[in-house]
Amino acid sequence: MQKLGDFKLPHFFNYPPYFTLQPVRDTREKQVQLWKELILDYCRTQKIFVIGLEEEFPLFSNPVIERTLSHEAREAFLSALVSEGRAEWLDKGHRKCLILWHRIQEWADIILNFVKDNGLEDSVMTVEEIRSGTESRGTELSGIDRTILMRALKLLEQKGKLAIFKGTSADDEGVKFSI
Amino acid sequence: MAAGKFLPPVELTTSGRPVLLPNEIECSLLSSVDLESDELPAFPLLKSGLLILTTHRLIWIPESSSTTTTAASAIPLSAITHIFSPKKSLRSMFASPRFRFQLSVSSDGRGVGSGPGSRSVVVTVVVRGKGDSDAFYGKFWESWRARVWESDVVVSSSSSNSQLVSGSGSGSDSGGLYTSQGTLRMAGVSGILRKEQEMWESTDKSLQDAFQDLNALMSKAKEMVVLAEKMRLKLLSGTNSQTGATADEEMGSKQEMQDWLLSVGIASPVTKETAGALYHQQLSRQLADFVRIPLEKAGGVINLIDVYCVFNRARGTELISPEDLLQACSLWEKFDVPVMLRKFDSGVMVIQNKSHSDEEVFARIKTLVTKPDTLRSGISASDAAMTLGIAPAMAKEHLLTAESKGILCRDISPDGFRFFINLFPEIDPNGVYSVKEYGIYATWIKATSASR
Repeated sequence: MQKLGDFKLPHFFNYPPYFTLQPVRDTREKQVQLWKELILDYCRTQKIFVIGLEEEFPLFSNPVIERTLSHEAREAFLSALVSEGRAEWLDKGHRKCLILWHRIQEWADIILNFVKDNGLEDSVMTVEEIRSGTESRGTELSGIDRTILMRALKLLEQKGKLAIFKGTSADDEGVKFSI
Repeated sequence: MAAGKFLPPVELTTSGRPVLLPNEIECSLLSSVDLESDELPAFPLLKSGLLILTTHRLIWIPESSSTTTTAASAIPLSAITHIFSPKKSLRSMFASPRFRFQLSVSSDGRGVGSGPGSRSVVVTVVVRGKGDSDAFYGKFWESWRARVWESDVVVSSSSSNSQLVSGSGSGSDSGGLYTSQGTLRMAGVSGILRKEQEMWESTDKSLQDAFQDLNALMSKAKEMVVLAEKMRLKLLSGTNSQTGATADEEMGSKQEMQDWLLSVGIASPVTKETAGALYHQQLSRQLADFVRIPLEKAGGVINLIDVYCVFNRARGTELISPEDLLQACSLWEKFDVPVMLRKFDSGVMVIQNKSHSDEEVFARIKTLVTKPDTLRSGISASDAAMTLGIAPAMAKEHLLTAESKGILCRDISPDGFRFFINLFPEIDPNGVYSVKEYGIYATWIKATSASR
């Protein structure tokens, strides 16, 4: 079976019509569904948070059968993810797409578990520490996209689980947990 | 008494067109015509039918063939002994137009014939429809006077010769545009000459027709107007000098005229003239008869453009316009004919047998795309055309229809536009790595992995 790095590709990745946007409704629905699953799977395992439509993206082309997704097809598949709440466009021109293989609520739960596991219920951490500190090493939070992290933290702030306070620069925004 | 016993019956084609004799040419048509004879009780009741004048016969066909019991019948022109001039009286202005002719019948009054002891009866033609009965009468008289049926004897006696020259096999009984051998029959030189003659007589009207058709062209091209003016002048001078000029000159300018008309794409006005309002109806029936053989050769479906070419080639000088063809095809819905016009989603139009089924084509396409080779690399329209033995444009339509039914799906790449068997329904979205042990997906994986 074909692999992309350490990612195992399904058999149909070598099926040429998989790379052409199908015009017939039923066929296209199935095609879109298969692409959505594959994109989420790939991003989850490869820890990819943002897909740029105009940049090279390994999943969107198959050198073995010499097929590449057209721009229209890329946008169609990502839009399908957006409409399900599993992705968000980062700009109006639909050039960058944020992939939410965990929804924001799920990320918030992960942060809560992380805080509890590390006994940080009443501590203060910078945002950067959550992303790349020693505590988060080996967890899903390690290397998390800043935009996603901030969205999850704000969600928790609304629920009164923590307070975000500004430092002198954007880099040292701090979080005061109060769980 | 049934019509068939008194008058000779006429064989009809499946679409309701009369089967013509060799060398017989249709001259004019009238709808809603009654034939009656007061003197003869044996004369059949022929009410409200289509009357077709040919060079050999007067053919009467019931207008709704399914409802009446009266069969189509014919009066040989050879049995007509006299044609009376239409009476011009005050009464004739209000009644339906009518004209009478004298028919010789056998001595016992039971059939048409001119044997010893035969007598004459008067038959009246009552025109209840809106057709031009005066023009019909004129042509009727002409055809009767021309006595074309007499020259037939000469032609058929040298049949080996005539087959070579005119292509119309003697003794052929299939009529229409085919001989019994299935080859195309041409009208022959005499037919062309007759049509030329008729064209002369209808110069004024044909000019009007020509100008009507030209209106659309005029708005676009100034040259067309100039050309039309030239045609008009030519025609007018032709009419004026008709009496003085020799026949050769007339024929020459007529030929030139027709070439012009054809070159600007105008349908031969003569044919429209002979059939009048019935033109498209008759054309439609003739076309239905004609396409039978090309359809068989093409495997049940044929492109409308191809039919246009083949049909016009068969018609020789009397070309029809694409609009006429389309109109003739769309009239099929109203008749009981074995063919139909079909429009694909893409807009391509074809003629197909009513019995032709898409399922059969889909089944063949399915077999084609599940071969190991095509599983791997798909098929293009031209591949399909070669395997199915049809035109590439046609094959593409079939592939696209199969795609819309979910049988195929497409692959557009720098290599071109190809179709593959649709595997999408076979794949389980909850287990993208799982493959059902038996099924087309597994077969496909086997076929593709064999090549790599």
